[in-house]
Amino acid sequence: MTLLDFARGPALSIAFAVFLIGVLWRLFSLVLLPKASDNSPARADSGSAFGQGLRGFWRHMWPADPYLKSSVFALVNGYAFHLGLAIVVFGLAQHIQFIKDVFGISWPGLPTGVITLAAIVTLASLVGALVRRLTNPVLKLISTGNDYITWLVTVLPVITGIMTINHLWLRYETLLALHILSFALMLVWFPFGKLMHAFLVFLTRSRTGVVYGRRGVKI
Amino acid sequence: MSDHLTIGEHLSQRGISRRSLLKYTTWLASLMALPPTAPRAMAQALAAAKRQSVIWLSFQECTGCTESITRSFSPSLEELIFDLISLDYHETLMAVSGQAAEVARQKAMEENKGKYVLVVDGSISTRDDGVYSVIGGKSNRETLIECAKDAFAIITVGTCSAYGGIPMAKPNPTGAVPVSDIIKDKPIINIPGCPPIAEAITGTVAYIITFGKLPELDERGRPKPFFGDNIHDRCYRRPFYERGQFAKSFDDEGARNGWCLFEVGCKGPVTYNACATLKWNGGTSFPIQSGHGCLGCSEPGFWDKGSFYAPLAAWTDKRAALIGGAVAAGVAAGAASALLARKRKNQAIKEKQS
Repeated sequence: MTLLDFARGPALSIAFAVFLIGVLWRLFSLVLLPKASDNSPARADSGSAFGQGLRGFWRHMWPADPYLKSSVFALVNGYAFHLGLAIVVFGLAQHIQFIKDVFGISWPGLPTGVITLAAIVTLASLVGALVRRLTNPVLKLISTGNDYITWLVTVLPVITGIMTINHLWLRYETLLALHILSFALMLVWFPFGKLMHAFLVFLTRSRTGVVYGRRGVKI
Repeated sequence: MSDHLTIGEHLSQRGISRRSLLKYTTWLASLMALPPTAPRAMAQALAAAKRQSVIWLSFQECTGCTESITRSFSPSLEELIFDLISLDYHETLMAVSGQAAEVARQKAMEENKGKYVLVVDGSISTRDDGVYSVIGGKSNRETLIECAKDAFAIITVGTCSAYGGIPMAKPNPTGAVPVSDIIKDKPIINIPGCPPIAEAITGTVAYIITFGKLPELDERGRPKPFFGDNIHDRCYRRPFYERGQFAKSFDDEGARNGWCLFEVGCKGPVTYNACATLKWNGGTSFPIQSGHGCLGCSEPGFWDKGSFYAPLAAWTDKRAALIGGAVAAGVAAGAASALLARKRKNQAIKEKQS
């Protein structure tokens, strides 16, 4: 069995199994938790909980004015990273092929040049995020292993992906194997680290919106 | 078939001029990307050399490799090849059969001890003492060990002898193995392919005769001049890959426009061979040009790497049970953890009330 055979077969299978078990375990254990009962009456003009949730989610797409100045780097860098990554993940024909193979849905891909550009922006924003984490005293103080591991498992597929698509330094089969393995590593880490925010962001933001709405807090 | 004439004498007897030989060596040298001085040196060396004795053993194979070499694209070149070498034993091509053939092999081995080149096509059966493939009462394994003992070098022709090929594909009923699993003390040159390109076989033989040494090999034992390049890197459809233009099926607009075949399972990106440059049938075409993706036939285990039509980016394992099991396990673990939390809450309430 070559490295590529291992990556395309057992590595992906193990990684997907860990990912699915971990994510579902965390999500179900969270949503099925008993709720603390709130005995206070809701504000009369608070509207539906669904609307509050949506508003809460939307409001947190942008920082509140007092924090805008101090978080401008995180804002711009964060958007650059997420948009770049989305273009790469959902725009590259090979990724679409993978998604089609697993989920049965597909859409047209983007040219490799566009993908490469987006990938470089993504990589640059990841480097920027790390530099900021290491240089900002407060951020550095509150950073844990989780932050660094999450950064590492995110940057590895980006680097190996750029190398694979441009055939840099190693043979294509080795590059493709490393890329798939780095993706598998990300899947394994996903449920246990900060990457889980990809699912939890919907719960946390909308829950905050509901709580604020009920209390009549203007957001 | 062995004689004492040099190749040059042999060729002139057949009316092939020195100029023709020079043209042939020029073609070979350019094929193998040798320096400009090489054609002359090769022609001189070839003319002065004795015809190289070659013993060709066919084991668990389909004769496709022999079909390939006998159909090397120009008949005059094919003639030249058979003038360069003295094919002393080849079951399919030799006139004699039975005991006489085995005697010819023994004779060639004695006369050219330590000098003959052993060509093997087909894998070697090892299960049940190799009874699944026997020639003249001898298992392939015995014949191989006997013939390899005094060979100068071994050339494995085709994926079966190089890497086990189709006989070794799961479940490998005959316990098939490649030559390299049995012979450890001789240089082995692998010329894989199903079948290999005729020019890769003949070019490698010519190189050995001319320079008296093995060509540079890659990590899988293949001559770099023919197997140094990735099909994908040399593919004329590569610009479509770069632009993200892919055929989605074999009869859609993309296929008709000649777009990249990655999505219909082409293994070109992980396959090393000369198909995209030398092509087949006199440079007429090759599988990708004919509209079918590369199967990766010059790579080990190509038969067992999932469907030929599954793209390289695909996850190869069977996954329905795995996904179903993982989802069930994840939901169960989550529900159990939530239940525990509820139990703790109820217990806490009870303790507070009591």
